[in-house]
Amino acid sequence: MRPYSYVRADDVDGAIATLAEAPNAAFLAGGTNLVDLMKLGVTTPDVLVDVRRLTSNRIEDLDDGGLRIGAAVPNSDLAADRKVRTRYPALSQALLAGASGQLRNVATTGGNLLQRTRCVYFYDTTTPCNKREPGSGCSALEGHNKYHAIIGASEHCVATHPSDMAVAMAALDAFVNVRGADGERRIPIEELHRLPGDEPQRDTILEHGELITSVDLPPLSFLSNSRYRKARERASYAFALVSVAAALDVEGGVVRDARLALGGVAHKPWRATKAEEALRNEPANEPNFRAAADIELESAEPLGDNAFKVPLARNIITRTLLDLSEKR
Amino acid sequence: MEQEIALRVDGAEHRLTVDTRTTLLDALRERLGITSPKKGCDHGQCGACTVLLDGRRANSCLALAVGYDGSEIVTAEGLAEGDGLHPMQRAFVEHDGYQCGYCTPGQIVSAVGMLEEVKAGWPSHATEDLNLEEILLDDDEIRERMSGNLCRCAAYANIVPAIREVSER
Repeated sequence: MRPYSYVRADDVDGAIATLAEAPNAAFLAGGTNLVDLMKLGVTTPDVLVDVRRLTSNRIEDLDDGGLRIGAAVPNSDLAADRKVRTRYPALSQALLAGASGQLRNVATTGGNLLQRTRCVYFYDTTTPCNKREPGSGCSALEGHNKYHAIIGASEHCVATHPSDMAVAMAALDAFVNVRGADGERRIPIEELHRLPGDEPQRDTILEHGELITSVDLPPLSFLSNSRYRKARERASYAFALVSVAAALDVEGGVVRDARLALGGVAHKPWRATKAEEALRNEPANEPNFRAAADIELESAEPLGDNAFKVPLARNIITRTLLDLSEKR
Repeated sequence: MEQEIALRVDGAEHRLTVDTRTTLLDALRERLGITSPKKGCDHGQCGACTVLLDGRRANSCLALAVGYDGSEIVTAEGLAEGDGLHPMQRAFVEHDGYQCGYCTPGQIVSAVGMLEEVKAGWPSHATEDLNLEEILLDDDEIRERMSGNLCRCAAYANIVPAIREVSER
């Protein structure tokens, strides 16, 4: 590991100021991804600013009926929270479908959103990777790309975003609260993560020195009828091949409203707005669910090893929507 | 770059100066000579390094020692009560819950931490109904909750009954 200095700031503003002065500094929260990346030489900060004890570790009701999740809330506490379990079950399920008990106890809400891809070439510093070393090329394009993107990729990068939690948050219409040297801003989670384009080194729209302070969930009542489903190669402790977070509002057999997001298919949690549009005001039945999935997946461009993800995504979307419509 | 930290490990206070790059696992093993947490993968994938960190199970290989100044750590060694074994340690012996034994300290600490999580009512991926007040810890639940601890000898067939027995007490 490259030597670095370790700084524990007194407060959030102090941490942000420290980072602003050091272009190659990084925030450290739970460290479950960052420490690993540093061991491998993928990430080489010269200053680590520990924010683990700085941001809120509480889950609080908002005046509008929504919920505010402090950036330092560990994944395990968020998954076990009673309010989250009843009002946003897809979020609990997504968190519980990710990582291991040990990792969830340490990994934070903010850090989970900012974890890096698990593309093997990104982690292997002996191979070209545009995300790790811009301009060096993408080894996955013609290499092992079974686990890679089928939607929204570019010739520069076909990596996927690894988070389960972020997929649920995308379907739940969450907002990410961020603070930087110039003050605070509130980002719809759909806009937080980027598609790779010709700058795959940038996972999010955050600027250097901006810190996630909390995540807000909206007070929509039908989000209590939500669910997360994940297909993976092992029964536990594996990243998604494809995953789906969905919420459905059905009345009299007709879909009044729907929220749908996909994991494991793109460089960001993929909000399936075309499918949502197709679902609204139509009867809640299997042919319509399947048709909506097809509309979303029309733009899919699978790679050499991952054509299976298209029917897999279609089937998981359909099964999850059926589960949600049968529950009511 | 070095910093001084204090750690309380298995009930004993330690003060030490560590390089900022030192993981908690290396601080325990290489600096304090506490070798029950094992270095398996060193990437948070195998669970051999599991300790209770401020009361919760965690991978010590992914924790930077400087970040846990003032923390309380319990290793498999520290679970024992004097010369007597902890019930989880005894159950692993009685059920032959290991072959080579390398993953065992991590398995035992993880199982102890896991049972506390169950007691607190935390659901898992194997929990059908998220809103149940009490968790029914069947074998599927144990396997799911212990998936962060790998055993290359595949002694799972005996690890699961060992943990189940302790959970039923």
